[in-house]
Amino acid sequence: MNHSRIDTRIGSTITLAVAAFLIGPVILSVLAGLTKNYFIGLSSGLTLRWIGEVWALYAETIWRSFAVALATLAICVVTGVPMAWVLTLHRGRLARAMEELLTLPVAVPGLASALALIVSWGTVSGLRGSIWFIVVGHVLSTLPFMVRAAGASMTHADLGTLNEAAATLGAGRIARFLHIVVPNAMPGIVTGALTVLTLSIGEFNLTWLLHTPLTKTLPVGLADAYASARLEIASAYTLVFLLMLIPLLVGLQWLAARGDRRAPAPLPVNQKPQT
Amino acid sequence: MARRGWLWFAAPAAVLFIAFWLLPMVGLAIIGAESRNGQSAYLTVLGSEQYWMSLFNTVVLSLAATLATLLLALPVGRFLAWHPQFPGRRVLMSMLTFPLAFPGVVVGFLVILLSGRQGLIANLTQWLPDGPLVFAYGMGGLFLGYLYFSLPRCIGVISAAAEHIDPALLEAARTLGAGAWRRFIDVELPALTPALIGAGAMSFATSMGAFGTAFTLATQIDVLPITIYNEFTNYANIPVAAALSIVLGLVTWAVLYVAHSLAGGGGGAGA
Repeated sequence: MNHSRIDTRIGSTITLAVAAFLIGPVILSVLAGLTKNYFIGLSSGLTLRWIGEVWALYAETIWRSFAVALATLAICVVTGVPMAWVLTLHRGRLARAMEELLTLPVAVPGLASALALIVSWGTVSGLRGSIWFIVVGHVLSTLPFMVRAAGASMTHADLGTLNEAAATLGAGRIARFLHIVVPNAMPGIVTGALTVLTLSIGEFNLTWLLHTPLTKTLPVGLADAYASARLEIASAYTLVFLLMLIPLLVGLQWLAARGDRRAPAPLPVNQKPQT
Repeated sequence: MARRGWLWFAAPAAVLFIAFWLLPMVGLAIIGAESRNGQSAYLTVLGSEQYWMSLFNTVVLSLAATLATLLLALPVGRFLAWHPQFPGRRVLMSMLTFPLAFPGVVVGFLVILLSGRQGLIANLTQWLPDGPLVFAYGMGGLFLGYLYFSLPRCIGVISAAAEHIDPALLEAARTLGAGAWRRFIDVELPALTPALIGAGAMSFATSMGAFGTAFTLATQIDVLPITIYNEFTNYANIPVAAALSIVLGLVTWAVLYVAHSLAGGGGGAGA
């Protein structure tokens, strides 16, 4: 064995401790959201009352987050997939520079991007107060994930030959893109789509500055609840948020575990969704 | 060239990016240079002890959280890489990656549940003579929060790198008489350095810009994102908020860029 028993023991102990640190608070939160009175403890009994109150108080933010996430996804697909294809075809310096530029909104703190948007576009009437202002911010910070995931699939599927064959048969660019590129890049597009939805539903840094009292999203509502609602309601609200995330994350895991080599890893860990 | 004809497919994303990010960012940089009381906000920022203190706090806290994260993520990443199969590994992996999707506000709330006034730690330390231990609403809580969101990212990067270490190298070192510690220092650590730099830079950059976590814990913590937010909302001092945002953006981007060059493209830069 290359690794001593002590090495393994230290490794497993620290791993378990880290897992407990990461999941322990989540369990506390779930319990708090389902307990009648958190200060008394579990002995006060379990209830769904707090979930009901969350629904009464914040249902609107939940629906709005869905709407924003879907609109963000639509724009990311329509703009990001063609961009990924161009970046796959062109491997030159300019293409690399473009790819780097597109990731800047993810690298630079969301606060700065949001301020820039407000300063330049905040005075456009009709935009500032609508959910589209938030959608724009979300598109900027999620687009690189769609471009990267779709691009990974396209590179892997070796579409160059197929594309040329179709061209010799007389297929136009749009037909080739829709009938050859998009279907072959599907695994990456789906992975990208789930990533975009996950990030959009949880986006706070940009949204907090971009929202108005009439365009509160779920994370904005969460911040409100954390600041003013009682602990049980804040926890129940968090629980609702986690329940929304789980299908998306399970989908990402499933795509990765299916062993589909064309699908990139779930939630690209080497990228940096903002906190 | 047939490829040229595809270029306009890039137009929608490019237009979106230029109109809603690049030009607004340039606008922000210009606003930061506008004068208020006769000098540009950049000079105001650079000449003010308050803003330097805020930047200093942010850098020190982010560095400390990054170092702690790497120290913890290294043994976890190694352990996961050396043990590709054991009962419960999948559950363990989900536990370690689930928090990747949490926004900063949720991380802040989890820190409060852990170390806030009614938190777990306060409950467990009620017997202390000085009263229960509560540290969520300050630098201690922020440190815990940064650790919380950095760990899953770094563990992923480090374990992926550790899986790529050739066991033959370790085997060879062992045959040559190197002990476990020497093998770690001379074989594993050099092989893992690019991943450590990449993961470290990512963790540092995320911590520098983390707004949601600090916002949930306390709006009076003196870190740069909160300072920018306060300048913007409470004092409507847009030039200073703009100048500080540009400084924060540049520092963050520079750290990622340098790490990217050092790690030879293996890590988190450009992301």
